[in-house]
Amino acid sequence: MHDKTLAQLSAGLASGEFSSVELTRHFLDRIQRLDATYNAFITVTGSEALQSAAAADARRASGDAVHPLCGVPIAHKDIFCTEGVRTSCASKMLDNFVPPYNATVVENFLAASAVVLGKTNMDEFAMGSSNETSWYGPVKNPWDTGCVPGGSSGGSAAAVAARLAPAATATDTGGSIRQPAALCGISGLKPTYGRVSRWGMIAFASSLDQGGPLARTAEDLALMMNVMASFDPKDSTCLDLEVPDYTTNLNDGIAGLRIGVPKEYFDAGLNPKTAEAVQAAIRELEKLGAKVQEISLPHSGLSVPAYYVIAPAEASANLSRFDGVRYGHRCADPADLRDLYMRTRAEGFGDEVKRRILVGAYCLSAGYYDAYYNKAQQVRRLIKQDFVSAFEQVDMILGPTCPNPAFPFGSKGDNPVAMYLEDIYTIATNLAGLPGMSIPCGFVDGKPVGLQIVGNYFSEARMLNLAHQYQQVTDWHDKAPEGIA
Amino acid sequence: MSWETVIGLEVHVQLATQSKIFSGSSTAFGAEPNTQASAVDLAMPGTLPVANEQAFHYAIMFGLAVNAEIGRTSVFERKNYFYPDLPKGYQTTQLAKPIVGPGWVDIQLKDGSHKKVRIHHAHLEEDAGKSLHEDFHGMTGIDLNRAGTPLIEIVSEPDMRSAEEAVAFAKKLHSIVTSLGICDGNMSQGSMRFDVNISVRKKGEEKLGTRTETKNLNSFKFMEEAIKLEVERQIDVIEDGGKIIQETRLYNGDTKTARSMRSKEEANDYRYFPCPDLLPVVIDDATIERLRETLPELPDARQRRFVEQYGLSDYDAGILGDDAAMAHYFEAVVKVCGDAKLAANWIMGDLSARLNSEDKTLADCPVSAEHLGQMILRIKDNTISNKMAKEVLQGIWAGEGDPDTVIDRRGLKQVSDSGAIEALVADVLAANGPQVDNYRNADDAKRPKMLGFFVGQIMKASKGQANPQQVNDILLKKLTELL
Repeated sequence: MHDKTLAQLSAGLASGEFSSVELTRHFLDRIQRLDATYNAFITVTGSEALQSAAAADARRASGDAVHPLCGVPIAHKDIFCTEGVRTSCASKMLDNFVPPYNATVVENFLAASAVVLGKTNMDEFAMGSSNETSWYGPVKNPWDTGCVPGGSSGGSAAAVAARLAPAATATDTGGSIRQPAALCGISGLKPTYGRVSRWGMIAFASSLDQGGPLARTAEDLALMMNVMASFDPKDSTCLDLEVPDYTTNLNDGIAGLRIGVPKEYFDAGLNPKTAEAVQAAIRELEKLGAKVQEISLPHSGLSVPAYYVIAPAEASANLSRFDGVRYGHRCADPADLRDLYMRTRAEGFGDEVKRRILVGAYCLSAGYYDAYYNKAQQVRRLIKQDFVSAFEQVDMILGPTCPNPAFPFGSKGDNPVAMYLEDIYTIATNLAGLPGMSIPCGFVDGKPVGLQIVGNYFSEARMLNLAHQYQQVTDWHDKAPEGIA
Repeated sequence: MSWETVIGLEVHVQLATQSKIFSGSSTAFGAEPNTQASAVDLAMPGTLPVANEQAFHYAIMFGLAVNAEIGRTSVFERKNYFYPDLPKGYQTTQLAKPIVGPGWVDIQLKDGSHKKVRIHHAHLEEDAGKSLHEDFHGMTGIDLNRAGTPLIEIVSEPDMRSAEEAVAFAKKLHSIVTSLGICDGNMSQGSMRFDVNISVRKKGEEKLGTRTETKNLNSFKFMEEAIKLEVERQIDVIEDGGKIIQETRLYNGDTKTARSMRSKEEANDYRYFPCPDLLPVVIDDATIERLRETLPELPDARQRRFVEQYGLSDYDAGILGDDAAMAHYFEAVVKVCGDAKLAANWIMGDLSARLNSEDKTLADCPVSAEHLGQMILRIKDNTISNKMAKEVLQGIWAGEGDPDTVIDRRGLKQVSDSGAIEALVADVLAANGPQVDNYRNADDAKRPKMLGFFVGQIMKASKGQANPQQVNDILLKKLTELL
């Protein structure tokens, strides 16, 4: 059953081939047997999952119309608040935090009667590209357990790649859906900023954070998006736009689709074998009738520096609430208020989180604000303008998701900047608020490579259509890592 | 040496919205601690703010009332600092793009002169919670009921030159926000709080002296005391050869003393930046015009109207027209009794005295405008005398019922039956033969002064209920007959 896609599982439940309880037991069993190896889950909610599976079966048995995901098991990144279930953000700070409310994304899946297997591992507060910053230990890449799964949604990506869950929710602030999707050989979509509610999604950098799905195929992403995307009056940055059925246009042809390939994405930093795989994928799309042209995004090189000012600046304020006063970790026997703050935060946060809080506070401080924060915001507008101009000539922008395939644990540990550069191709879309995708397009040295698709605002349906058409003529997305049986 | 005082105010006004500025929690005062604090107010992870439209409308109304420009694009920023009653670790406020731009108000001083005080800007922000230091034995309790209550912070230019001007400005703001209905004006509950920036300089000097800020004054009286104390302190320091240090000070109204809270050197770097959870709010012309049309009558216009419509003096109109509650009460009384002068006298006289002595406001006044109006009608139709009316007012205040009931129950009806009064007069004259003889033998010039004795006796005999005017008339007639 675990080899089936979300769409196939939905069909199997509908036809009565298997029940949700059977399906849920199957995945729970896999998690129990295999997750010691991958560490993809922080919390497994087995009994709750079986209860909701039984309820889903009953709903289907009643003959009422049910949502396609009714009874389908999924996993939530541990950044989405789940009522009554610990939500840690992979931080010691929230190791004891049990929210009294659900994220809107979680509510949406509840409304669809999907089954939640558990909460997936991640980089602490979504800060990282390797999953090495988790308080609960790193996630192993199912393709090579000596390598990172990418981050920050590494747990969700590894869970899907290892067939511990057919699909999972994730978030993307600077590539955190697309990079782990690429490194784990699965598909992932970061929607347009404002498409998926951020309510109950623990904030890293509010102007960049966006929830989205990880799954094996574009079709599965479309099914997930039908649940995740919604207008939410509780999130002021959420857009009140009608949510389309993302599966409707999957089978449309792509002949005449104008594809732009930015020359800046094929620079010296790109692994030549990754480049080859990406070029081959683009040629495949040409065969399907897409018109490919080279384009330029001249300010691409500034996206990483701009991001590493804006994201930490926002994070420095977003993480101030973790002060030991109302919830979360509190240091033992504080001598006074200052001691409470200092030790609580010193003990509760890991190094990468502290580094970013410090950088962010520095960029916002008196005398540095204009040189850093303001300048970065100006750069952000230039980067957005690059894309606006590009989308006057083309419909989609394609390139590599990341410069290299999965790298070994510890290989970039003492060099944060080298780690940050792994997100060089993904970050610009967050700064511009655009939707971005990664789908498998080949292998380098036995490790998966991701093809990135960037669309115009709210063009997710068209992007999924393009990816689905590609997946009809290729089988990279069907490949499974060895050792997951 | 002659010194000039320079004062600027920062005024926090709690807006009378039903819910908080960024959450749906109630803003009502006085609930059990932390019963009006939602996940948003507690800054639980993943929660997000949604701006309260009514708070914007109230702020715009204030801007229109003080002749200000309205900020067409209004941006919330985060002001970062750690404090236990600030759950997010930052206050959501406005800095570069406030909702209300430069404006001004007119203040009237005791000598009758007027002065324009400029407003630099006013911005929307959220209130913090409260730290409770009592009852926790060496620990601090946090009550987040107040956290997220909408405020406008009004920042004046340093245009005031005395405690009197500062208090007049503060009172003017109080009357504007209460007239607009955007704040309940309850200063003892912290609905309006004043921070006063004070500096002194030698008369004729242009350059401003170093200022201090005295924070959280919550009554006009404390404000006046605190300013006078601080001005004296600053002049003493400078005249003794010292320098004023820029600092924040706290005034204690009980001990009438002030102390330094923190100096500029310890001041925080608040690292303001635009709040990414809240988009810029664009205010269009239609919204502004719609709100302008709904503006109630403002104190200045009302005072002018009271002079014209009711013939009140400037002074009476100033008092009755300044405060919205007072003005409504006054007009309601006039509506019942039709006599503005009597209504003004009773409200500003006996009623205000009683309210003051019992530390009450019109909002909790036991005498309704209708009852006061009815009582005045009874004075006008001679049912009761002015003196009796004071007793009737006591009765109404004590809850004995409407004026007619009180008059009945207390037996206060004035005797205006001329037959009865004639009989009384006759009795008194008969019982006081020697005094009547004296009257008869006195000079014409002395006689009027001698009437008082007879009037006193007659009133006593009538137990105070005889109509004094009628007594006078009848007595004079009878005595003249005896001449």
